[in-house]
Amino acid sequence: MNKLLKTKSVKFGVAAVVASSALSLSGCGETEAKGIAPELYTDSLFAVMKADRTNYTKYVVKRLGPNGANVIKPDEHWQDIENGTLLPAQMFRAGAEAVAEMTDQFTYSLQSKWPINSQNAPKTPVETEGLEYIAENPGENFYGEETLGDTKYFTAVYPDVAVSSACSSCHNDHKDSPKTDFKVGDVMGGVIIRVPLES
Amino acid sequence: MKKLLWLAWGVCSVMVAGYLGYKMTLDEDKAALLIGDASHGHFQIEMACESCHTDPFGGKEVLQGACVNCHQKELDDAHDSHPKKTFNDPRNADLLKIIDARYCISCHTEHQNEQTHDMGVTVAGDYCYYCHENVGDERPSHEGLAFDSCASAGCHNYHDNKALYESFLVEKSGGQWLKEVSRITKANSAAELVFEPVSPDENRATLITEKTKDHPDIFTHALAITHNKAGMDCGSCHLPPALGASDVSQQSWIDQPGVTECSVCHQKESDGFLASKHGVKLAQGLSAQVGTMVSEHSKLTFSDASQDTLHGCSTCHSSDVFAPSASGTDACLSCHVDEHSTNFEHSPHANIEENLKGSVHSASSEVTCATCHLPRLKEKKKGSDVVYVEHNQNLTLRPNEKMIRTVCMECHNLSFSIDALADESLIKSNFTGKPKAHVPSIDWALERTKEKE
Repeated sequence: MNKLLKTKSVKFGVAAVVASSALSLSGCGETEAKGIAPELYTDSLFAVMKADRTNYTKYVVKRLGPNGANVIKPDEHWQDIENGTLLPAQMFRAGAEAVAEMTDQFTYSLQSKWPINSQNAPKTPVETEGLEYIAENPGENFYGEETLGDTKYFTAVYPDVAVSSACSSCHNDHKDSPKTDFKVGDVMGGVIIRVPLES
Repeated sequence: MKKLLWLAWGVCSVMVAGYLGYKMTLDEDKAALLIGDASHGHFQIEMACESCHTDPFGGKEVLQGACVNCHQKELDDAHDSHPKKTFNDPRNADLLKIIDARYCISCHTEHQNEQTHDMGVTVAGDYCYYCHENVGDERPSHEGLAFDSCASAGCHNYHDNKALYESFLVEKSGGQWLKEVSRITKANSAAELVFEPVSPDENRATLITEKTKDHPDIFTHALAITHNKAGMDCGSCHLPPALGASDVSQQSWIDQPGVTECSVCHQKESDGFLASKHGVKLAQGLSAQVGTMVSEHSKLTFSDASQDTLHGCSTCHSSDVFAPSASGTDACLSCHVDEHSTNFEHSPHANIEENLKGSVHSASSEVTCATCHLPRLKEKKKGSDVVYVEHNQNLTLRPNEKMIRTVCMECHNLSFSIDALADESLIKSNFTGKPKAHVPSIDWALERTKEKE
């Protein structure tokens, strides 16, 4: 079951994005909350992430990689080979790391119940619950709250689906992959987006 | 009596505050503010307080900025295995409570020289365990290994694992311990610069002719010959680069060109030198004189004569002894008298041509200290390889596994290189003999790959 958080104020200044529609008044005339619903915020972020990742896969890796012009080499150790470039998942992670250096108002990461790198296995109860939920309920997202360190977070989990045979075969063939029977269309993991909530 | 005590306390407080305020703001000698000896990496610049304490009221963010300012590029080049960005994710919040790995000073605390280990580390040697305690579950080969042996046995490093990661170990697992001895690649980074010929100027020509009279044999020196071939004349180095022709005078002549003049063409080499222990004092605006070094400062031993040495390009590249063999060995050994250095003369590396005579290996390249400690590195520029001499001699020594790919594997295979660099007694003998122990990391990587196939 999806969890829905209503009008929880998000610390990030997203009010600027949706300022005109963000202010709602309660029946007794008091200001209730300012901002946007966190799930709308994280859904929007996920849309951008997914679009960028798809476009990188389609317009860079597929077009210029071994199955296209063959002028770049997408590889796990891309820094160590001539004309090496990041795999789509690495590009996604590089984006997450770059964002984390620019702002602490949201973070995102790629995790899986079957990670190639064990550091990307779920660690928190919400991550575990979320990854299980999206695997068992294809097409649905998961939303929850958790406290990490001294901060409370709104945590959203989105399915990461094998969109092409390149995704499933790469995971199936990798020596560190704990699951080797992924098929196109399977949920291989999840994108976790966290937004710190006001205390 | 009580009033008197209060008065005395007040006077003392004002005096102490005044003294510290004077030391912090006006006095150039800030030795009294040192809270402890700096580490062996930083002791040369411990009196350049502002190098790290860029803001007197800054906390760890300010110090982090200073660390990053000097060391970030090196970490990037090393494909840092534990960059700060890894720990920004809130899911690591519990780990940061143990060691806040987002900040360099969490593991490299300064002014605690008495408890500073190799690589400037000031935490206990079991720091890997906190995050990787379950490594044995994934890798049975690691079960039962000592909890502090991850980074001390030649297998892993915290930051730089470019020569130690599993796929690399597998890929480079084979080969003879001694490969065909390679020739040293000729540096060409300065050559890529198009030296702008100076337009004919009578003033300039007269001054150069006059100066040349004092050094009639100057054009027989290697330095002059090399630079002359590049279309340079004496004024190219002995006159300030930005000086207009009409401003040339006796006063503007530089008797001993320094890093500033050399860096006009040798940018990469100068940058490396200023980042090294040889040039770091110059880089921080301190005297280039090394000064007296005691055992607290360095594990190495230095000749008495070296204490007065002024460090600059010409310290090793003097105009009359410019040949690589001289600048790459004699210059080093004039200061360094530790066991590794003094054993060089009789080492297999020093006698490589004689040792390999008649064997399948043919070598014509002389090996000097600089061959290994100031390696030729390549970088791509506009699609071409540009070779420069890395003058930061410390770059490949922290830790020494950084030498594996840049130096050792030019002539040796990976397995031998790992074993040799993990053998301290072999390093002391300057690699006379074979490694006494074997680091099993390649064997384990191969076994694991085979199991998974």
